[in-house]
Amino acid sequence: MKMLAPEKIWWKPFGRMEKNWLTVAFVWCVFLTVMMPLWYFYGKQNVPTETYRVTREQYAAKVNEFVTQYQVGDENGIPVVAPPPGSDVFLRASTWQWYPILQLEKGQTYRLHISSMDLQHGFSLQPVNINLQVIPGYDYVATIVPTSTGEFTIVCNEFCNLGHHTMVGKIIVK
Amino acid sequence: MTALAPTIPWKASAKDDYRVCGVTTLKVDLHTERLIIANAVMAVVTLLLGGIAALLIALTRWQAIHLLDATWFYRLLTLHGIDMLVAWIVFFEMAGLHFGSTVLLNARHAAPKLAWFGFILMVIGGLMVNVVVLFDTNSIVMFTAYVPMKAHPLFYLSYILFAVGALIATITFFINIVVAKREKRFEGSLPLAVFGLMTAAILAVYTLLQGAIAIVPALFWSLGWIANYDPGIYRNFFWGFGHPAQQVNLAAMVAIWYMLAQMTTGIRPLNEKFSRLAFILYLFFINLGSAHHLLVDPGLSFAWKAVNTSYAMYLAVLGSMMHAFSIPAAIEVAQRAKGHNKGLFGWLRNAPWGEPGFGGLFMSMIIFGFIGGVTGVTIGTEQINMLAHNTLRLPGHFHATVVGGTTLAFMAFTYYVIPLIFRKELKLKSWAKWQPYVFGGGTILVSLGMITSGLQGVARRNWDITFAGVVPGTVDLSLAIFGIGALIAVVGGIMYITIVLASILTGPRMEAGQLLLVGGTQNPLLESTKLTDEQMEHPKNQPKGTLIIVFVFLVWFAVYYLSNWWLLGRTWFIR
Repeated sequence: MKMLAPEKIWWKPFGRMEKNWLTVAFVWCVFLTVMMPLWYFYGKQNVPTETYRVTREQYAAKVNEFVTQYQVGDENGIPVVAPPPGSDVFLRASTWQWYPILQLEKGQTYRLHISSMDLQHGFSLQPVNINLQVIPGYDYVATIVPTSTGEFTIVCNEFCNLGHHTMVGKIIVK
Repeated sequence: MTALAPTIPWKASAKDDYRVCGVTTLKVDLHTERLIIANAVMAVVTLLLGGIAALLIALTRWQAIHLLDATWFYRLLTLHGIDMLVAWIVFFEMAGLHFGSTVLLNARHAAPKLAWFGFILMVIGGLMVNVVVLFDTNSIVMFTAYVPMKAHPLFYLSYILFAVGALIATITFFINIVVAKREKRFEGSLPLAVFGLMTAAILAVYTLLQGAIAIVPALFWSLGWIANYDPGIYRNFFWGFGHPAQQVNLAAMVAIWYMLAQMTTGIRPLNEKFSRLAFILYLFFINLGSAHHLLVDPGLSFAWKAVNTSYAMYLAVLGSMMHAFSIPAAIEVAQRAKGHNKGLFGWLRNAPWGEPGFGGLFMSMIIFGFIGGVTGVTIGTEQINMLAHNTLRLPGHFHATVVGGTTLAFMAFTYYVIPLIFRKELKLKSWAKWQPYVFGGGTILVSLGMITSGLQGVARRNWDITFAGVVPGTVDLSLAIFGIGALIAVVGGIMYITIVLASILTGPRMEAGQLLLVGGTQNPLLESTKLTDEQMEHPKNQPKGTLIIVFVFLVWFAVYYLSNWWLLGRTWFIR
């Protein structure tokens, strides 16, 4: 099997070029590794980690309470809600609706809660392009600061059955 | 050719049933031969099914055409994922494992009945899942079948049958190696390609076990035997199967890269230790990458995500970067030793571009590395994933790895399996010469179209993104690039399937007379044995050109990676 088998003793030192490339590649790998904790401490955009267990009923109740408290309008039957800066904001995902429409202020901080009533959904804020997974039973809290104004669309980007593409919501930033 | 003859004769045994290949002088166990043929045929059949689905869903996402209705789009997208990502690739890999554990080791298949049993389970599972998804609307749940979306129990059962079948076939790989060693069919260490396949096989064992852990409770849940299945836990379990399954593909693909390089340019690995160490890095670290799919999930800490997504310290990426150097470097040295020594890239200019094995190898490595690898590491970065999760950037990445990389390498390898294992003359050789470039070129456009659409926020797995009314006009352009690329790739796929079918269905069975298909009569496998240490170490033959290529690669990697941090820094503050 000469043509396929290695030489009898193949444990040999690396050549110069192999050593060089290995060193450079390893340094690059270390850089890739370090970037994440660096950004974690100094960056402004980090993946939220705050999470609470929640039942569907509990979460639905919180959303309703939130809507009653801060509703300022209505758009095609979906309430428009303007919570005060710094407050807890509740967004509910269900097939195939984002509820309610949020009205926020630029430069203010909000604690945005997201959870699902049924299947898994995907929170995809466009064109800002922030994407988070929404899982039933988990209250996911993202502390956000809108840095631009306008109307932003929430697209569902996790397949949630045949009407998936119709699941579109809205955030207004003033 | 006698120089190639195995040093150790087979023991006379009633169990031995083999032929000697006239080109490679390898002994081919006839059980193995039949197993390879059966697995390869199933691979091509499932590729055809998945390919038809690919064409129709691509023509739907190409917004200007928008062919299918929503239900058929989601149905065929589910099938496309399963047939391509699981069936086609795993059937092909099983053929590769039977080949590697017997033919390359001068050994017999020690457990053919068990291997057939595994194969039959895979066929039942693979076909059943197609039927279930086609006829049961509730089972349109995508390849990932995220709980609590409930499919028909038979859907989960077919996954389990397929996985158990593949596990059994993989176990015969280890049985064969142990028996071959015990019967002294080979001396010393495993050949490098078999070492790579063994890496794939070890990864496959725990991948498939993890698949059972994820899917068996889902089956019980769909039958109503258990009331709740936590969707977050399911995601964790599922990706313990779904992600490593792609690493099996990676290891198998790299093993095939080494084989293609040896078969078409007669390489000797520069340093066996270097290449083997790179495989070992895969073995230990690559499975942590399962976390790539959970980076923006609730309930997991930064530390957990960062450690896992970085494969401890990008050590599996290091493995790939080592192969990215060692394979082209070995080709360069072999080419230079043959006298193609002019300048930095004379060795590359004089490479056998018309030989499908080389064309396939080249395209596969370029697409996998420059597009697939770079985008994968970038979107697999904890924070950057927020920009990419579930957008078209995801399929853009993995079409470069799994289609442009793995599938293309497997296709190129098939052209040699047909004369050597099927013992049929390869028909339509001039098509085979062009096929890797057509298929690879199409895949590049598919990938780039998807990635640029995803960068603009277009969601994956979405029948009609314009419904949201958010996408800017340039999305139409990038989706059109994706659609045109898909058409070209489908042409490449049709060429492949036509070549395979024309070859195996027509003409008499005949022994292969030569290794290369279009590149002449020389036998690079034989040439590889004639490369001496002096030639390998001669200053003139050093891989200087390759060093430049890998540094260009690194610069591109850095530019793409850092520009994504810049993009992230421009979005809303979030924590």
